[in-house]
Amino acid sequence: MSKHLEERIFVGLMIASTIVVLGSLVLILATVVMKGLPALNLKMLTQVPKGGYYLGKEGGILNAITGSLALAGGATILSYVFSLAVVLYLHFFAQDSRFVYLVRLSLDVLWGVPSIVYGAFGFTLLLLLGLRASMLGGIVALALLELPILVRAMDEVISMVPLELKEASYALGATRLETALRTVVRQTVPGLLTASLLAFGRGIGDAASVLFTAGYTDRMPTSLLRPVASLPLAVFFQLGTPVPEVQERAYASALVLTIIILIISLIARLLTRRLTRHVIH
Amino acid sequence: MSEPLIQIRGLSVTYGDRQAVRDVSVDIPARQITAIIGPSGCGKTTLLRSISRLIELVAGVRVWGQVIFQGQNIYDPHVDVTEIRRRIGLLAQRPFPLPMSIYENVAYGPRLHERYNRETLDAIVEKQLRAAGLWDEVKDRLHTSASALSVGQQQRLCLARGLAVEPEVLLCDEATSALDPISAQRIEGRLLELKADYGIVLVTHVLRQARRLADYVVFMYMGELIEHGPADQVFRNPQEVKTRAYLEGEFY
Repeated sequence: MSKHLEERIFVGLMIASTIVVLGSLVLILATVVMKGLPALNLKMLTQVPKGGYYLGKEGGILNAITGSLALAGGATILSYVFSLAVVLYLHFFAQDSRFVYLVRLSLDVLWGVPSIVYGAFGFTLLLLLGLRASMLGGIVALALLELPILVRAMDEVISMVPLELKEASYALGATRLETALRTVVRQTVPGLLTASLLAFGRGIGDAASVLFTAGYTDRMPTSLLRPVASLPLAVFFQLGTPVPEVQERAYASALVLTIIILIISLIARLLTRRLTRHVIH
Repeated sequence: MSEPLIQIRGLSVTYGDRQAVRDVSVDIPARQITAIIGPSGCGKTTLLRSISRLIELVAGVRVWGQVIFQGQNIYDPHVDVTEIRRRIGLLAQRPFPLPMSIYENVAYGPRLHERYNRETLDAIVEKQLRAAGLWDEVKDRLHTSASALSVGQQQRLCLARGLAVEPEVLLCDEATSALDPISAQRIEGRLLELKADYGIVLVTHVLRQARRLADYVVFMYMGELIEHGPADQVFRNPQEVKTRAYLEGEFY
């Protein structure tokens, strides 16, 4: 077999793989848009489910949209605070390199844990504390899910900071904490923001971890201690009904979720461009 | 020679298994420019960075011996390292402005150490930007990003930033090597002015620069101190064979 033929075969396989990947993405989006768009209207976005909604009557999924934003937003803020502390500790204070290695390894393991496990753990925690499914429970479970993603992504971002920049701060007599907060965090704002939006995207799309912990309700989210609706579960419940109109609404809900994630990604890009003004390359 | 600014005694530095500086003892004179010269990899940068304990930022580094600054060994465990670094400033090889505005870059150091009101801070920023010879070029855009400045301007900004914490010594680590000739000349001019008020130690691999600036010369080779003395003496009449060979360009 000639070398040229060999190369052609492999290039052909690579192109085929790329087409399969891109094709599935296009198919998924097309399905959601084609099945969801007809059912999507203003009422769906501005109303909560009314009586008989799940049989095809009036109402919308505003409860799930606001619920999901609250859950993922709360979880991202919560895990951001913890992640930043962990990452800055690893980079500026931890002396024992074996300990640092162990922390990174555990986070990689946690990254691979299925989200239903976080859900089950969160549920056990709620029972232990004598609480029921609530927004708080959902936020905690989602925060646990987002934590390894956020820590590892921030870890990468902080690793990219040139030593000379830190040195510039130390050379002026800054402490490690001052260098971390006043220079390194400022330098990495775009990266840290992108990391948290990535985590937000992961959190808002997850169904299993909020299934037991956040519960579901047709009401708007009002209290941290009450159950809250979410878009992934809205998709799940509506798709599970035998009524075709409601199934269409499931696709519409999935479309809404997709659009939210799209908007988040766009905001991330725009913000990154604005915030890199001061960043040193 | 009058009272030395810094006394280095038996200083050795290793990175893991590699010995970068071996048993160096030398006095750095006050109010003069001391140039550490030698071929690349001779340990001159390591020696320079040992003087402000910035060397400790490198992973796996170990330091033995003493660096005595104003009667105190800076490696003494009771010493506040941030105070040492404030009093012994650094101008690095490549300018690294902090990710903030020109004004905030200069104000960064003073803000770390004290709470100043706006007017005092404004005055400090103006004074140090003038001292670094940058004020006229940036006075109308103090609040724009420092990263937009040219490399030469950035280096003068770093000089102003370093001066703003009122150090007593300024360490320059090949501070002009990344600059164009005109910018380099400006920095050199500033250093010659500043030596009236600061002790200046610079590392350079450009012999002509050492001849232009240095009052005192320290020659290093393979991690060891070979020769040191007043610049005239070392350049005109080196005592050691290695120094003579280096000055005559036999190795770099």
